[in-house]
Amino acid sequence: MNGSGHTPLFHISKRSALPWYLSWAIRLAAIVLALIVCALVTTLLTGVSPLGVYATIIQGSFGTVRKFWVLLQELAILLCVSLAVTPAFKMRFWNIGGEGQVLIGGLATAACMFYFGDKMPNALLILVMIVASIVAAAIWAAIPAFFKAKWNTNETLFTLMMNYVAIQLVSYFCNVWDRKGSGIVGIINPRTQAGWFPVIAGKEYLLNVLIVAVLTVAVYTYLRYTKHGYELSVVGESERTARYVGIKVEKVILRTMILSGALCGVAGLLLVGGTDHTISTTTAGGRGFTAVMVSWLAKFNPIFMVLTSFLLAFLSRGSSQIAQNFGLNHSFGDILTGIILFFIIGSEFFINYRISFRSAGEKEGSSHA
Amino acid sequence: MEESKAAVQLRNITKSFGTVLANDRVWLDIYRGEILALLGENGSGKTTLMNMLSGIYFPDEGQIYVDGKEVVIRSPKDAFDLGIGMIHQHFKLVDVFTAAENIVLGLRGHGKLDLKAVGRKVKEICDTYGFEVDPQQKVYDMSVSQKQQVEIVKVLYRGADILILDEPTAVLTPQETDKLFAVLRNMRDSGKAIVIITHKMHEVEELSDRVAILRHGQFMGDMLTKDTNAQDMTNMMVGHSVTLNINRPEPEDPKPRIEVKGLTVRSIDGILKLEDVSFVARSGEILGIAGISGSGQKELLESIAGLQTVEKGSISYIGDDGSREELVGKDPLAIADLGVSLSFVPEDRLGMGLVGSMDLTDNMALRSYRRGKGPFLDRSFPRHRAEWVVSELAVSTPGVATQVRKLSGGNVQKILVGREIASAPKVLLTAYAVRGLDIGASYTIYDMINLQKEKGVAVIYVGEDLDVLLELSDRILVLCGGKVSGIVDGRSTNKREVGMMMTRLGGGTSE
Repeated sequence: MNGSGHTPLFHISKRSALPWYLSWAIRLAAIVLALIVCALVTTLLTGVSPLGVYATIIQGSFGTVRKFWVLLQELAILLCVSLAVTPAFKMRFWNIGGEGQVLIGGLATAACMFYFGDKMPNALLILVMIVASIVAAAIWAAIPAFFKAKWNTNETLFTLMMNYVAIQLVSYFCNVWDRKGSGIVGIINPRTQAGWFPVIAGKEYLLNVLIVAVLTVAVYTYLRYTKHGYELSVVGESERTARYVGIKVEKVILRTMILSGALCGVAGLLLVGGTDHTISTTTAGGRGFTAVMVSWLAKFNPIFMVLTSFLLAFLSRGSSQIAQNFGLNHSFGDILTGIILFFIIGSEFFINYRISFRSAGEKEGSSHA
Repeated sequence: MEESKAAVQLRNITKSFGTVLANDRVWLDIYRGEILALLGENGSGKTTLMNMLSGIYFPDEGQIYVDGKEVVIRSPKDAFDLGIGMIHQHFKLVDVFTAAENIVLGLRGHGKLDLKAVGRKVKEICDTYGFEVDPQQKVYDMSVSQKQQVEIVKVLYRGADILILDEPTAVLTPQETDKLFAVLRNMRDSGKAIVIITHKMHEVEELSDRVAILRHGQFMGDMLTKDTNAQDMTNMMVGHSVTLNINRPEPEDPKPRIEVKGLTVRSIDGILKLEDVSFVARSGEILGIAGISGSGQKELLESIAGLQTVEKGSISYIGDDGSREELVGKDPLAIADLGVSLSFVPEDRLGMGLVGSMDLTDNMALRSYRRGKGPFLDRSFPRHRAEWVVSELAVSTPGVATQVRKLSGGNVQKILVGREIASAPKVLLTAYAVRGLDIGASYTIYDMINLQKEKGVAVIYVGEDLDVLLELSDRILVLCGGKVSGIVDGRSTNKREVGMMMTRLGGGTSE
């Protein structure tokens, strides 16, 4: 019946949908395998015990209460930027300008703190900061959307380039605001703490975390249950279908990008007003790009994005901790992060396809990459 | 059994895609000097089976023998090496290359490319079998039928003597079809094995020597064409008996509903697509639109539906009370806001009419999602509508939460047509409503369209199968190069007359 030697060694075929527990089992297996490979790499390259490294990674996030709050804060901001880019991605508008939009939001926040710091009551100031950051970032995002809607320009390049413009703008204002000539803006309003977000329940980052939690539910609801969310997914799947049913594609592109930018503005606001109380060209810290990965890994589902942004924040904190504890280069942590992401992304292949081998033809392929 | 003579023997071929068993232990013999028609409904696994022979898919199980020797076909190249060539439904030619360049494309030659020699060899092949291919002509200058000939010559050039054609007549006019059939007969007479995949019964009868029938991925049997008839073949193919007559009720009280006057449309590149087109579509009547593909059918329907920029002319919607609404310059939303209930079944089902990755409910919502105030989407209305379409049109689907792209072509079309008629339209525009559908599904669609006609809907039916157009339409408007070649009565005209009008304005006098 089966002519071995005649059939190829293996062939790949598409799977029908796997039950959720099997696909999660595959993902889990991928993480376990990734950890084993990481352990091998660690021992071979550094001679350090892999178990010690793993313990350190965990320690980096959960070692102390303080570290845990830092993890939550990192997670919240990353999640916020990811939530921001997701509506655009669902519309197949590849907004990789999250970095710049966050910076512009942060810049507007810092400007309000800097210029109005002593001139109005704190509550009013914070309100002005909120409006300014959201409006500024929304406008920043609307520019490439306008060009896309009007002349179908390439949004990937456009949004990417806008990042550099944003960085230079921030750099310019840093020089304007810095009185010492070093180009670094120190903590803004250190004595009056004007425009600093209030600390609630004695926890510095709790407010940020709560705001992002609310945003997560809101974005999920917007995408899933509203007419706008429906329209933007139709536009994303097929512009022709959208036009066929009378959806104004240009309007949807513009509206969605304004929303995307506004949420990035919130991230900038939380970073400057709620966490750093200063601004620099690295305020966004590459989150605009990491957010792309968070969003994709979660398949644009805001609830799953909590998990993926946790994973990335956790790995990033762990990397810093390794660098610190073992005297290793910070790049080593990035190598481990890279390996883990490779396995996680690779596992999607085994969820979507199965590999049949020549001899034991009918059983499913195993899940190693 | 004359096993020794068979050019190709397929034994126990099984192929599944996910949970769908596309081919289930299929046996099939293909002989030289014979035209085999591979007949089956859509989704019965004809194309899948032939794709395994031509190296596009690899079977899960089973063996393939060529000239009695077991072979493994891993890639189209393996298939070519065995002399097997397939001509697909969608041509794979480079537009800016000449016929000769396309023919040698991908072939590994020795030394310099000698296009003159290629041209000579192409000429030779053409002369042998009666093709009309100019090796120097660029593909973008060619008609569909010429492109198809290039595809066939390309396969012959590579030395194929087992040829598989996947629904070759779907894009041809009757005259072109006759030419193709003559060429295929010549090839058969010179000893080649020919397989045509089809679901058109009259083609099987006219052309093939033997017919093999697939149903639900299983081989139902084969027989000499002369020993069988259309009714028997259909029954084998469908699994139960089907009547092969299209109903044509007399129109009841037809009144003008859509009046098109002097419609002129240009494409974005400035090419004239429609020129001075005028006609009236009446309520309770099916107006068939015939024409070679690309004669302006798409632009005509899209103009009425508000999806096309119109250069000149007017399109009026005439209400029951005689009131007129101008549709030119309005988008689909503005047209709907006028209270004009117009439904459009576009040619491109999954690219325009439906969203493949969305489920049935969300696809129904495409037309109704604006209902209700407030920002939230009402999903219960479209879900009920999806359930209604599924039960009313006997759509086979696991449920209304299934992605549309997972359904077969016939079911996809039922969903689309079902959604469009569910809103009780006054005007129904359909483009190639039965393209790619099997007999059973096609007749369901004809019945649905006739039902709309009886309800007083003005139906504009763009079709490609002249036999069907002639049986279904009350009147037929024939387009030729974007102009109206004539409007004829569906009951008194014939295929020949319409065919002539398709190729020449007014039909001309060819005698």
